[in-house]
Amino acid sequence: MYVAVKGGEEAILNSHKLIAEERRGDPAVPELTLTQIKEQMQIAVDRVMTEGSLYDRDLAALAIKQAQGDLVEAIFLLRAYRTTLTRFGETLPIDTAKMAVRRRISAAYKDLPGGQVLGPSYDYTHRLLDFALAAEEGAGEPQAEEAAETVAEAMPRVTEILNHEGLIEEEIALNDEEPVADLTREPMEFPADRDMRLQNLARGDEGFLLALGYSTQRGFGGNHPFAGEIRLGEVAVEFAPEELGFAIEIGEITVSECQMINQFAGSAERPPQFTRGYGLAFGHCERKTMAMALVDRALRARELDEVIEYPAQDEEFVLYHSDNVEASGFVQHLKLPHYVDFQSELQLIRSLRRRHTEETLEAAE
Amino acid sequence: MSPLMRVHSLSHAFGNLLACSDISFELHGGEVLGVVGESGSGKTTLLNCLSARLTPTNGIVEYDLRGRGLTDIYTLSEPERRLLLRTDWGVVTQNPRDGLRMGVSAGGNVGERLMAVGARHYGEIRQEAEDWLSKVEMDLGRIDDAPKHFSGGMQQRLQIARNLVTKPRLVFMDEPTGGLDVSVQARLLDLLRGLVRELNLAAIIVTHDLAVARLLADRLMVMKDGKVVETGLTDQVLDDPHHPYTQLLVSSVLQV
Amino acid sequence: MTTASAEKTAENGAGEEGYNFAYLDEQTKRMIRRCILKAVAVPGYQVPFGGREMPLPYGWGTGGMQVTASIIGHDDTLKVIDQGADDTTNAVNIRRFFARTAAVDTTEVTAEASIVQTRHRVPEDPMTEGQILVYQVPQPEPLRKLEPREIECRKMHAYKEYGLMQVSLYEDIARFGEIATSYSYPVMVNDRYLMSPTPIPKFDNPKMHDFPALQLFGAGREKRIYAIPPFTKVKSLDFDDHPFEVQQWEENCALCGAEDTFLDEVILDDRGGKMYVCSDSHYCARRRAEGHRGTLSDSAAAAYAAAVGAADRPSEDGESAEWVT
Repeated sequence: MYVAVKGGEEAILNSHKLIAEERRGDPAVPELTLTQIKEQMQIAVDRVMTEGSLYDRDLAALAIKQAQGDLVEAIFLLRAYRTTLTRFGETLPIDTAKMAVRRRISAAYKDLPGGQVLGPSYDYTHRLLDFALAAEEGAGEPQAEEAAETVAEAMPRVTEILNHEGLIEEEIALNDEEPVADLTREPMEFPADRDMRLQNLARGDEGFLLALGYSTQRGFGGNHPFAGEIRLGEVAVEFAPEELGFAIEIGEITVSECQMINQFAGSAERPPQFTRGYGLAFGHCERKTMAMALVDRALRARELDEVIEYPAQDEEFVLYHSDNVEASGFVQHLKLPHYVDFQSELQLIRSLRRRHTEETLEAAE
Repeated sequence: MSPLMRVHSLSHAFGNLLACSDISFELHGGEVLGVVGESGSGKTTLLNCLSARLTPTNGIVEYDLRGRGLTDIYTLSEPERRLLLRTDWGVVTQNPRDGLRMGVSAGGNVGERLMAVGARHYGEIRQEAEDWLSKVEMDLGRIDDAPKHFSGGMQQRLQIARNLVTKPRLVFMDEPTGGLDVSVQARLLDLLRGLVRELNLAAIIVTHDLAVARLLADRLMVMKDGKVVETGLTDQVLDDPHHPYTQLLVSSVLQV
Repeated sequence: MTTASAEKTAENGAGEEGYNFAYLDEQTKRMIRRCILKAVAVPGYQVPFGGREMPLPYGWGTGGMQVTASIIGHDDTLKVIDQGADDTTNAVNIRRFFARTAAVDTTEVTAEASIVQTRHRVPEDPMTEGQILVYQVPQPEPLRKLEPREIECRKMHAYKEYGLMQVSLYEDIARFGEIATSYSYPVMVNDRYLMSPTPIPKFDNPKMHDFPALQLFGAGREKRIYAIPPFTKVKSLDFDDHPFEVQQWEENCALCGAEDTFLDEVILDDRGGKMYVCSDSHYCARRRAEGHRGTLSDSAAAAYAAAVGAADRPSEDGESAEWVT
């Protein structure tokens, strides 16, 4: 007799054992260590930290290992852990103008104070599979040469240079009195202010933001962006304990930042000037920050009195669908049993079909 | 007799652009007011301000609310305004897409206002929908079809039925015959004229088409650059225009 | 703000090491309890809350779990059902979660539970005053299918503009001759708020009306909590001349013979053979224990029970349920 599948606890436990076995793979192959992931899968670690909203390379590496390299699953693991952590307080805003820059490029100016610093990047690699990496002895110990001169200390942000002339809007918080929104503590509210939007985008799925940012370039939006500046490096994190009354440095984090500059024709209230789109991520996540900056700018349509007509400008659409933990959970919940609803639909469709047949017969008579 | 609507010094600006400026008039029950002028003259902005859908920069719009008398509509709360818009008022838009639910059947479109104010008897709602569909000369066989499959003229007739089902006293119309073939236009105008008289409806009709204005309106307001340049009885304004702009308007169309 | 570290060491000595009792920290629980109080005070109104990430995926019951975690105490007894059954994978998984993080007693007996967390069903057995029924909610907004915009939906609730919902029912009758909504059938709560009863079959809607137990609804992904206090009016939308009706079966339960329960269709072979059994597994087993029989012979019923692991199986906390024969 065939019966409906109603699994129990045993099935779940067995499933856990099977997936653990799969994760380990061939036991003849040495097990991956967290240090290896942390050191050699850095960009994956950075993405998991960014979208997982937790700056912890060790835990991110653990999540990647535990998720068998499934980054969306790893992000979920990190988020679920993060939610149980105690909050001690809020740090001061990080100051990326004081960043120890490792990479800094501007597509808007050929040369600028502080210069262009190419730094580590895949941008100008030829995308040819490097079979040297496949060899037994591996990559060896590549060593970059030290530059003849050190990177300039003063590295003003491009947007500040434009700001001197008043060519770009000032970056001012709409209401500085209000505490910064925090999506991990409070639900999203619409219309959403920029602080909430930026936090949502920073946690948002890179693929989703990439596609949306791309759509604004292809014509579903018209922002005419320039990559004003992209920088990567280390910034100090400062915290001002109440007992102390002044800020102390509690550590250093790596961040990627992108400032997009966009054309703006002006409106009744504002003169024509450049406007900003902003992207920030933990670690080396350049693509994410660029996409985020494009979407941030598109979402400012309401504030700038632009007609809202494209998906990337629609805040309910973007903000409600950007989170891959939410999206992945809800898409996959379709795997859960729905027999009761399906049974209800079965009943209904049978009754509708019966009615249809009766009516057809009546009509025939 | 106190007016149904009284407008005092209404102005609206979009930023620096003054879309309509210092407009005052009164409208009485059963009266049809035509607002004519070329596109960009501020007609539609005025209509939106009058119909509680755009808060004017300056000025007062009063309406004779049932049981409350003349009331500044912008002192009403948003739910009160929304209720007014779907009970005692009607709005017929130029593009039926803005005024109809394109995926809902014709019967559902007409019935929506009734259900919104509490009707809960399917048979009665349907009967009422049928009555109104016949009044606007629609084929009752189409009652369960969605308007996305209808012709432009039919969509417009459905929009009218949908608005009139709650027996409003005032209907706002923005270019109600715009975009229709001439023969379809003529039929729709006939229908509108008949309904307005039969139901003793007051209406404010915005149009650039003087033929429409002559057929439907008792009185005319001629607008240019956001200002009213001439008002008067329709025949008077069209047959004996005083303002040079009105003269230009009248002479630039075929006489009807 | 600094109390949480103390909480983190599971004081009860029974929960999961390193996590607070019932997983959530006490601050979060307080926040959720405040939202629940508000929800109870305004029946049917969706209260936004700062939903947390849970270690289960969104859409799998995180809202219901957060509600349960916030109200559960050491003395509570928890029952978890999915599709009416205690033994479906998701129900087992959530029950395991609370057994692990809160070390509370669990049960399959509706009458013994102080809290019942459910997905898609209201138990067949009556619930009483003092019990709490927690629903898992995938989509709390009953208007969402008609109006995708949150801002507009909230206005429609605030102004009690529910004409559009009625239009959708009108459309069903015009097209199908009846209201073609079989689950997630919208209800008016306390004559004020339109509410989604979650995807329970409309069969269960009448149970919500004047229900003696407190009904709480948690939507984790959408971050909303709502409630129906005990003995509150809950009316399924309908028309005077097309009154609300529930599903009916021509068959009875093949196992216990029940005539008035929601039945699952069980496919027996690939030639259209099928039978119907109660979707509420506990209810069905209890009736069989009381001697009720359906059309299926005892040996076939036993084979079925063994195959689905339903009845004659000790519950996972090791206690054999009393009603098992």
